[in-house]
Amino acid sequence: MKKIEVIQNILEANETIASRNQQLLDKHKVSAINIMSAPGAGKTSLILQTLTRLKDRLNIAVIEGDVASTVDAEKVQGKAKAVVQINTGNMPESCSLMAVMIESAIKDMPLDNIDLILIENVGNLICPSEFTLGEHKRVVISSLPEGDDKPIKYPLIFIDADAVIINKMDLLPYVDFDIAAFRHSVEGLNPKAEIFQLSCKTSEGIERWCSWVLEQVETNAVKR
Amino acid sequence: MHEFGVSENIVNIALAKAGEAQASKVIQINLVVGEMSGFVPDCIQFYFDSLSKDTIAQGAVLHFELVPAQLRCRSCSTIFHPPDTLWACPKCRGQSVEIFKGRELYIESMEVE
Repeated sequence: MKKIEVIQNILEANETIASRNQQLLDKHKVSAINIMSAPGAGKTSLILQTLTRLKDRLNIAVIEGDVASTVDAEKVQGKAKAVVQINTGNMPESCSLMAVMIESAIKDMPLDNIDLILIENVGNLICPSEFTLGEHKRVVISSLPEGDDKPIKYPLIFIDADAVIINKMDLLPYVDFDIAAFRHSVEGLNPKAEIFQLSCKTSEGIERWCSWVLEQVETNAVKR
Repeated sequence: MHEFGVSENIVNIALAKAGEAQASKVIQINLVVGEMSGFVPDCIQFYFDSLSKDTIAQGAVLHFELVPAQLRCRSCSTIFHPPDTLWACPKCRGQSVEIFKGRELYIESMEVE
């Protein structure tokens, strides 16, 4: 019997494909934002709001990740330049999008006609934090009914986020959500994350979010 | 929840490395798994057993070295193990902390013949 040194990251296969995805996107001057949250926090609503506000300024494509159904893709259809639905229920792993799924989704997209891809991850606060997809920015949404303790319970996803959104602000009078406590937890874990308070229902705060998105796309374009 | 994919990667890496070493059998795979990585060792072994069937890694034992979580306070640089879910520095009570150790997930070495 002999011992061989290995020292190899087990998630390296995913990371290799993710960086290949990013190279392809960069080549075509496309930015990608990975949107993550628990189910029902408002990923699709945020995408719809973003499409409505920015459709005259950017060509936006959407990748929808769900365990099953094309419900979300249908909602977005007609508003986005291109929509790809990924059903992870047919794949070995259903809990998160992975780089290989994005690789096949962007393969047939008209990348030269696209400025931004919004990627809606599978509703889950655990698994998506382990898998990079090739995105340029990572965004996490928390909504008021979920409670203000999510950053404490699921720290990893907040630690790696570039932006954290507090959605459903219109429900503030009806739920016990301590905004200051939530912000304090996020700032402790990740002082660099931009925090947005908004409501996809009433559109309150959406403008500031859309300015941030535009800024990311522009900064990214300059870098390339 | 995503231990299947992780196990698949372990099998692939082990078979590739065993091939390079011209081994005929993989006896043990030594893994380093951080407490914060969110992976369940028993679950990985379960999938590994099924995925490695009929390969030279069939029957290999997965040995897990668990790395406890260590946090570092951004204010006073104290390194500590979080005693509960509230990540506060035991020295200055600051809650601005970063993960210092505990997100590891790699194959350290293998025993082959």
